[in-house]
Amino acid sequence: MSEPQSEFRVEMTINGRPKAANIEARKSLGDFLRDDAGYTGVHLGCEHGVCGACTVIVDGKAVRSCLMLAVQAVGCQVTTVEGIAEADGTFHPVQTAMREEHALQCGFCTPGIVCTLVALTDGEQETTEEQLLAAMSGHICRCTGYQGIRRAISRLAAGAAA
Amino acid sequence: MKPAPFDYVAPTTIQQACQVLSDAGGGATVLAGGQTLMPLLNLRMSQPFILLDINKIEALKGISRCQGAIRIGPVTRQCEALANSELARELPVLVQALSHVGHHQTRNRGTIGGSVALGEPAAEMPATAVALGAVIEARSVRGSRRIPAREFYLGPYMNVLEPDELIISIEYPDWPQGHVTLFREVAQRPGDFALVGMVGALAVEGGKIARAGIAWFGMGATPIAAVQAEQALLGQSIDGIDPQAIAELAVADTAPFDDHHASADYRRTVGRRIFARTLGEALNIRKAA
Repeated sequence: MSEPQSEFRVEMTINGRPKAANIEARKSLGDFLRDDAGYTGVHLGCEHGVCGACTVIVDGKAVRSCLMLAVQAVGCQVTTVEGIAEADGTFHPVQTAMREEHALQCGFCTPGIVCTLVALTDGEQETTEEQLLAAMSGHICRCTGYQGIRRAISRLAAGAAA
Repeated sequence: MKPAPFDYVAPTTIQQACQVLSDAGGGATVLAGGQTLMPLLNLRMSQPFILLDINKIEALKGISRCQGAIRIGPVTRQCEALANSELARELPVLVQALSHVGHHQTRNRGTIGGSVALGEPAAEMPATAVALGAVIEARSVRGSRRIPAREFYLGPYMNVLEPDELIISIEYPDWPQGHVTLFREVAQRPGDFALVGMVGALAVEGGKIARAGIAWFGMGATPIAAVQAEQALLGQSIDGIDPQAIAELAVADTAPFDDHHASADYRRTVGRRIFARTLGEALNIRKAA
């Protein structure tokens, strides 16, 4: 075991690409993704775990990037909203559903919502419409209201069932 | 809103972690899932000299069976416990309570031990540990000790752990197959802390209550065991129980506060109702079975 220290060399894979940097131990994963890796699609809202805007996918699970230290993600596979669509720009089904149903207005909360829905629908286990809706309790949207988001989820669930 | 600087260390063994705590002389804070501690760090309400990350200690993870109990490692993620089939079969009320802890995204990081250790008075996990009679094992370089959950909490976010002690397991004693489970909470939104909540289990033998474990959350400075109600239930025939009367006794053990969400009177009134209704419904299901 190394001694406690305040600065670290971190390495992780972000959206399929390796990224390494020297950072302070106190830097959150969200700040690391934005400031050091340039993925400004990670939206930091409340920075204390309430709003869900900063949600990213770490090793397949949707987590708050403001509630995890970058040093804790060493060796992890991290996906931000920039890594959701295919390389040629083809939308993920979640993104298609969000667009078709007008599930965003200002778009601040959207990257987090997309990451949660992608993590759940791309996971090994089947997820029901009810589970997808329940997971939305972890996101706050302050402009569209939630009807478009609910419709996008219904569309996703119907698409998965078809 | 960024944490104040700290030194960070992530050991891989319990022994190393205990040594860090001992060496730090009270200056270290333990980081488990971080779903409460990270906000406190970001808000600088917590400014430790050393942040001891226990997420790399494999010996603190997982759910296993031991003599007469199910042992949960403190760094077991809430989402893993929620999906654990043995837990769902043996302690269904624990899984039911877990589904009310935070949100999908926070349960992916949040841990059982973190919740139990934090001791938020309105949270589900501390009250569930109290209700089911869990035993918390703490380790330090000085040795180990086992602390009943009912003796663990001193006040809001305060417990009996010494600064050099680390929780290494939480053991939930077995309840017999087919035991009656009790759970209900009233919260403003899903995932919020409860305004009022109750959780418990009843073992029935030969039509009589053989064992009762019930606790409140959101009804005082700590999770509160409904001791008078438990004692009144013991030995009673399930046909003769008056849920209203038991609920009165249960509320008598509480000491709720007024806050900006609800008054103490509101909490007592709602508590009395949900207790009577939950107990009555559970007994009716049992009688029909």
